[in-house]
Amino acid sequence: MDAFISTYVWPTALMIAQSLLLLVALLIFIAYILLADRKIWAAVQMRRGPNVVGPWGLFQSFADLLKFVFKEPVIPAGSNKVLFLLAPLVSVTLALAAWAVIPLNANWVMANINVGILYVFAISSLEVYGVIIGGWASNSKYPFLSALRSAAQMVSYEVSIGFVIVTVLLCAGSLNLTDIVDSQRDGLGTMIGLPGSFLDWYWLPLFPMFIVFFISALAETNRPPFDLVEAESELVAGFMVEYGSTPYMMFMLGEYAAICLMCALTTILFLGGWLPPVDVWFLNWVPGIIWFVLKASMVFFMFAMVKAFVPRYRYDQLMRLGWKVFLPLSLAMVFIVAVVLKLVVWA
Amino acid sequence: MGLQALFFYLFSFVAVASAFMVISARNPVYSVLFLILTFFNAAGLFLLTGAEFLAMILLVVYIGAVAVLFLFVVMMLDIDFTELRAGVLDYAPVGALIGLVLAAELIIVVGGSTLSPEIAKSISMPIPAITERTNTAALGDVLYTHYVYFFQIAGLVLLVAMIGAIVLTLRHRENIKRQDIPTQVARSPKTAVEVVKVKSGQGL
Repeated sequence: MDAFISTYVWPTALMIAQSLLLLVALLIFIAYILLADRKIWAAVQMRRGPNVVGPWGLFQSFADLLKFVFKEPVIPAGSNKVLFLLAPLVSVTLALAAWAVIPLNANWVMANINVGILYVFAISSLEVYGVIIGGWASNSKYPFLSALRSAAQMVSYEVSIGFVIVTVLLCAGSLNLTDIVDSQRDGLGTMIGLPGSFLDWYWLPLFPMFIVFFISALAETNRPPFDLVEAESELVAGFMVEYGSTPYMMFMLGEYAAICLMCALTTILFLGGWLPPVDVWFLNWVPGIIWFVLKASMVFFMFAMVKAFVPRYRYDQLMRLGWKVFLPLSLAMVFIVAVVLKLVVWA
Repeated sequence: MGLQALFFYLFSFVAVASAFMVISARNPVYSVLFLILTFFNAAGLFLLTGAEFLAMILLVVYIGAVAVLFLFVVMMLDIDFTELRAGVLDYAPVGALIGLVLAAELIIVVGGSTLSPEIAKSISMPIPAITERTNTAALGDVLYTHYVYFFQIAGLVLLVAMIGAIVLTLRHRENIKRQDIPTQVARSPKTAVEVVKVKSGQGL
């Protein structure tokens, strides 16, 4: 019995406690990311943004949460009820599930699996299901059109994201996210004799891929300028038209969790994860989690600025960008990176 | 070991049950969703055997891409599935025969080593232990060294199939406006703007 408790019960309890801690921290982070998104957008347009609830509007997201939860959920009579309610659950569960393998600091990872990056890629490729199922189950025209659009869009941009990830894997030599970050301790900067710094991270040698990944991440998470899935001028609100109250909130939560995931992934793949920008004692003294959150927030700031600056793409332009520009570019980069590594590093 | 067995039975039961639902569900969209559930459980079974790479590739390729397209097609096409299913009992013997042949082949392949122990010796590339080599690396070793030609040929077959699909569906339509982005980008004020002095009362 003691053996049973020590092999199964305690590890399970520990895992549940860790998951809860991560989830709560993540949800609070998402609440403020949402607020930041609105504030940045407002600042670009010279508005104040939400500033009423709490000091400087800091509690706005929590007020929104209460508003959504206490509203009456309306399920359309013609909808497929089971799938209609399943869709937001799928979308939020998948977006949160991917966080199980994200290393927030050295050894701060719940599941340090060998194929971490593949797991994240798999989960983010499944996120399209929430949109498709929601759009279909609503049994309404705009949601359905939106579901079809999103299926094509997300599948297209996954391809280039996959190739970008392959270039990083070629450099890192591992599919484990912790190893990928550790492999960025030395790179271009240390090669020419500088101490470890931000020049070692993969954004510099793989700069074109960094850009491709960033733009593909925008498309994959349906952020503007690629928010054709919920383009309000064409499709009202896309697949979310028929949703209200808590199911709608879960879609939003899933969307922002996916955005945070993409920010974290950009940080891990290209911006050195939890490594400090320069390898000196007082920066090393700052806990790695702080660097990780700062970098992820910086990537999110770029996401928010793009939303404020760039007008929405037309659908055919979106497809052209994905298939005719990014796909050949990333495919060529896989080849070039492999050749360079073969000649310089592996030889 | 007990926990592993528990998960094995859980995954395989759900996989078999949802595979059955794939063919028995009335709504084709439900069928595809059950197919996805089957894939998920198959990925779980792969994970239990330690084949983590295969499990993730199953998720990425089959659920993330193939099943999305299935769902796409099933939602788009207005197929009367009740009509299609009307003759299902007529075809049942043929289906059962094919299933039987496949099952027999699987048993021969998988059970071959137990039926005749000398087959086990003829396996030229044994899989190293997980502690020794991650199975992603092990797969890469085998695929890109010993089986590189087969791998390339498989890729070539897929490429040909892809080109074939494009050729079959591509219709080049005349007299429609196409956007030519390089020419748009190459435009300058010199080529795009014409300054005209218009005399009043005359027009152009």
